[in-house]
Amino acid sequence: MSAVITGLGVVSPGGIGAAEHWRSTLAGELRVGPIETFDASRYGTAVAGQVPGFRSADHLDDRLAVQTDRWTWMSLAAARMALDDADYDPAAHDPYATAVALGSGAGGVEFGQREIQALWAQGRKAVSAYQSIAWFYAASTGQVSIKHGTKGPSSVLVSDGAGGLDSVGHARRVIRRGTAAVLAGGTEAPLCPYALACQSANDRMTVSRDPRRGYKPFDVAANGYAPGEGGAVLVVEDEAAAAERRAPQVYARVAGYAATHDAHHHREPAPDGHHLSRAMVRALDDAGVGPDDVDLVIADGAGSPDLDALEAQALHETFGARTPQVPVTAPQGLIGRLCAGGSALSLVTAALALRDGIAPAVGNLDDPADYGLDLVREPRPQRVDVVLVAARGYGGFNSATVLVRP
Amino acid sequence: MSGRRTVVTGIGVVAPGGPTRKEFWQLLTDGRTATRRISFFDPAPFRSQLAAEVDFDPLAAGLSRQEIGRNDRFAQFALAAAMEAVADSGLELPAAAEREGERVAVSLGSAVGATTRLEDEYVLVSDGGRNWLVDPRYGSRFLYEALVPSSLATEVAIRFGVHGPATVLSTGCTSGLDAVGYGHQLIEDGDADVVIAGATDAPISPISIACFDAIKATSARNDDPEHASRPFDATRDGFVMGEGSAVLILEELEHARRRGASVYCEVVGYANRCNAFHMTGLRPDGVEMAEAIDTALRAARLAPDTVSYVNAHGSGTKQNDVHETAAVKRSLGDHAYRTPMSSIKSMVGHSLGAIGSIELAACALAIEHGVVPPTANLENRDPNCDLDYVPKVARDQALDVVLSVGSGFGGFQSAVLLARPGFRP
Repeated sequence: MSAVITGLGVVSPGGIGAAEHWRSTLAGELRVGPIETFDASRYGTAVAGQVPGFRSADHLDDRLAVQTDRWTWMSLAAARMALDDADYDPAAHDPYATAVALGSGAGGVEFGQREIQALWAQGRKAVSAYQSIAWFYAASTGQVSIKHGTKGPSSVLVSDGAGGLDSVGHARRVIRRGTAAVLAGGTEAPLCPYALACQSANDRMTVSRDPRRGYKPFDVAANGYAPGEGGAVLVVEDEAAAAERRAPQVYARVAGYAATHDAHHHREPAPDGHHLSRAMVRALDDAGVGPDDVDLVIADGAGSPDLDALEAQALHETFGARTPQVPVTAPQGLIGRLCAGGSALSLVTAALALRDGIAPAVGNLDDPADYGLDLVREPRPQRVDVVLVAARGYGGFNSATVLVRP
Repeated sequence: MSGRRTVVTGIGVVAPGGPTRKEFWQLLTDGRTATRRISFFDPAPFRSQLAAEVDFDPLAAGLSRQEIGRNDRFAQFALAAAMEAVADSGLELPAAAEREGERVAVSLGSAVGATTRLEDEYVLVSDGGRNWLVDPRYGSRFLYEALVPSSLATEVAIRFGVHGPATVLSTGCTSGLDAVGYGHQLIEDGDADVVIAGATDAPISPISIACFDAIKATSARNDDPEHASRPFDATRDGFVMGEGSAVLILEELEHARRRGASVYCEVVGYANRCNAFHMTGLRPDGVEMAEAIDTALRAARLAPDTVSYVNAHGSGTKQNDVHETAAVKRSLGDHAYRTPMSSIKSMVGHSLGAIGSIELAACALAIEHGVVPPTANLENRDPNCDLDYVPKVARDQALDVVLSVGSGFGGFQSAVLLARPGFRP
């Protein structure tokens, strides 16, 4: 059984909706900017990718909004858009035929901050009746399932930045075991003060106040990443089921997937890119294609010199002598790193690159570091039949997915 | 699917009543309870002042001082349980050959991750909840690991030098069943030959107690903590918060045979479903849990009447125990009335995401010893709960197939089937 992507739902600093996200990506619009939701001036990192004009009222009713964190609002909005795009109405199918499998990193951290604050400042009676269902990592999956009446085998995977790829990889397992459609991907909303404080402890974020000088994957001036909110939800379907119901489009086949772990150190990556390369090679094997078949790589693009160098090393190990001819991009330089939401969004980017035959450029890249890679500098019309997407998670998670033109 | 089969070759448990597999099993077969008045902080301001706490010494359990320093209690529990499980399995980890380590995966569940550390640190950086714009200079160096609980899988992967797929499953209170189910699927699909699978949670903190207070989900039988967790009893008044971890070593059958490993049981079926109804509420008919049970039985190619014992979710809330009784009757039919079904939450409390794995450990040990653990504190059966809940006293009984079910906030319903070694040819 093959799993295919038939619907895209995007809530990204690059825009709400896949079309606007893709437009701003190809236009190279930098969407990292000063944090607007609170006064971040006292924090080491004060820039982030924020979703412009995102309001819960546009996507869900007030009653549900008070019960849920911003991260869940974004999951609900992205899921709705993905279903619309795929013209897939779960209510028209057996309720067990549709499942939800989202990646999650920080959960409902803003909701949690507010309620811990209430408990310690005002006492236990000030704690919301919704705290127990709003902040935990399964909240978005549960709410999406309830909203759309889906009773299939749902899941929540936490593997930091690799979570978006892992969730779509898991969607394929679920489809192979007989579920027709899975809402997969993930969103994040870690831009409240406590979440920013927690993230700053990893020493991986940029401290530049100037967004242009901040997150710069594969640039000689790379100096850490800008955090961000948002992500994507994708409709992943059994290929035969999608054909039978005449899905309006099939963006890509989820042809290969693999995950590995460095198991090296709790915060530092392994000293070589071997386990990242191993994920890439295994994903290619799984897809039944070879390194020579890859038309485009959407890289993890961590935006730190050491991590970028290690990813380049992994690409060299994977592609060998052909490496300098393989187009590599990381458009997330425009929007920041969105943890599990970011890798979900990379799959959307890959799907749109397949659809349009165009490789988007590396975001916010001015002066490419000499990694021996073909970094895409301007949107490049080219053949795109096979895309390799890589994602890493803090602590040593490595995942890779191969999308193939249907 | 592929013909690759999963067996359990190692078990580690850190549970209330004693932080080892052996003490855990002794508590269950004695029918003793480990619920008590909360000692970690002054519970007087709270509606529910009870919990099943683990008396845990991470140094004695073999953790290094740095592992203790950088990890919340939830990850410390899992490291300890994983060490016991790996030692029990006889596997050499880290493996002598790196290639072997590449075939070992990590699949660990947790509902609420590092919630205790996140709260403790918040109190510092916000100066006791005074400042919304928190001061990060007062925060731990390890706050990122607390924020994103995939740190749990990282810690276990590092400790055992394993490079296969690693993830944390976080489906609320079914996490412990789903993490073992996911590990089983990794073996079926050929992505790993061995999976360090299990779950952990350490939620006994003021915010967790307060959030369940707010919806009256937990027991307020504060004058009688030892008897507060009362699944299926007419006087039950909510669950009692617990904590702990269990880790199972899942192994591909031929891999286990080749090295002559001793086998506790086989994982023969797993399925999960959602009720798509309500984040906390359950409909009394139990249809979706029954669907999960039926699907797990089909995956195992077993008839309902092969089930020898049902390990219940049995949380002791009014809704749950009726819901689950209906689900089991729906799936097993009349056989449900002849099948013992008990809840170990009566003894070790409800440790949220961890409990599913702790219950699977109990099931594997029940198969090994031929003993059904009891439901403690069951004095007056709820007339709406009319099955054989094994009140108060453990029962000697040879077990072929054991079913463990779970239910969680978000609407998650999961079922895992274990069979004694040799039951399936």
